[in-house]
Amino acid sequence: MGNLVWIFVSAAVVNNFTLAYFLGLCPFFGVSSRVATALRMGLADIFVMTIASLATWFLNTYILASAPYLRLISFIVVIASLVQIVEMAVHKFSPALFRQLGIYLPLITTNCAILGMAIFQTNRGYGLLEGLFFALGAGAGLTLSLVLMASIRQQTDLSDVPAMARNMGLVMIIAGSLSLAFMGFAGLFSATS
Amino acid sequence: MKETTPREDLVRGIWKENPVLIQLLGLCPSLAVTNTVENAIAMAAATFFVLVGSSTLVSSLKSLIPNEVRISAYILIIATFVTMADFFLNAVAPDIHKALGAFIPLIVVNCIILGRQEAFAAKHGVGRSILDAVGTGIGFTIAMLLMGTMREVLGSGSFLGHPLFGPHYQGWLVFVLPPGGFFAIGFYLLFFSWWRKRGEQPGIRQWPHGVAAQKRRIA
Repeated sequence: MGNLVWIFVSAAVVNNFTLAYFLGLCPFFGVSSRVATALRMGLADIFVMTIASLATWFLNTYILASAPYLRLISFIVVIASLVQIVEMAVHKFSPALFRQLGIYLPLITTNCAILGMAIFQTNRGYGLLEGLFFALGAGAGLTLSLVLMASIRQQTDLSDVPAMARNMGLVMIIAGSLSLAFMGFAGLFSATS
Repeated sequence: MKETTPREDLVRGIWKENPVLIQLLGLCPSLAVTNTVENAIAMAAATFFVLVGSSTLVSSLKSLIPNEVRISAYILIIATFVTMADFFLNAVAPDIHKALGAFIPLIVVNCIILGRQEAFAAKHGVGRSILDAVGTGIGFTIAMLLMGTMREVLGSGSFLGHPLFGPHYQGWLVFVLPPGGFFAIGFYLLFFSWWRKRGEQPGIRQWPHGVAAQKRRIA
């Protein structure tokens, strides 16, 4: 059990996907101007991550064992079709949730965090349960960094910044500072790892 | 859409519409693997190969690909070239392949490549698409080199592994670590933005011409 908790916390804060691995930067900069939208994007991320983790584990264990060179191509196809199916299912069974997640679900297909999670999970040889905790942790970490970023950006909207910083340059520096802060978590597990 | 000359197709992506520094696409690889110049060059070369290969294939197959499934078809074509690059790097340069790790397979989801297929290769002939891909690839390489140089020179005091400042230089460690990627691109963006603002004042020579002119057009 301790191992599973470690995987979760490691993926969520110590090796945060956006701030330490630079995965999923497009939504990190694209939809982080408002806290409400950032939170929804994060929840959609957790949802798809979990499903994609299960699907790629089954694919990798039962089908791709004999043809590892097809891994990348089949992962991307499975993730893309999965997102499509999930979108249709959510539309049918929960129109309210669909309206909330609507735009963000298809965007996630090309989100490198999902494919990155699947590749890391395979490279590290995680089992089903470990993969699941890894995906949940990664999703939680993405949500955390998105919400933090959005909160800071809402504040900077009202601040008087120099003219040259009124673009993405300032946002990058903020992201760098957040990343610096998250590096502090690295000390959390130095004893156990 | 405005007609462009072949020369414009080639040079547009290099600086005026640089994929990373102007359009802010493909940020994941340009921040993740630029902690040394060597990694940056390997990543840029792999991306260049995938970009030119898939642009060639997409533009020659564009009449055969049904419009409804075009994005999936592009992704399949890109994934094929990425798999080739992955195995090639693993065979030729295993050390670099190991350093780049999961970021080679992740070229598949680099939005620069899919963006060029959708925006250009799907609508133009093979020759023009190759020119466009080469230009964009050079632009990406320039951005990777700028990032890699700043991070390696400041972070470890070396360039391509050769020490620059003598044995007593204490590396600015943060530039090798993940936050350095964000800081490096932040500094570049702030610098370009400052230079544009400076160029807009009367009496000061404008540089780079393309960027200032393009921004004015957008504004």
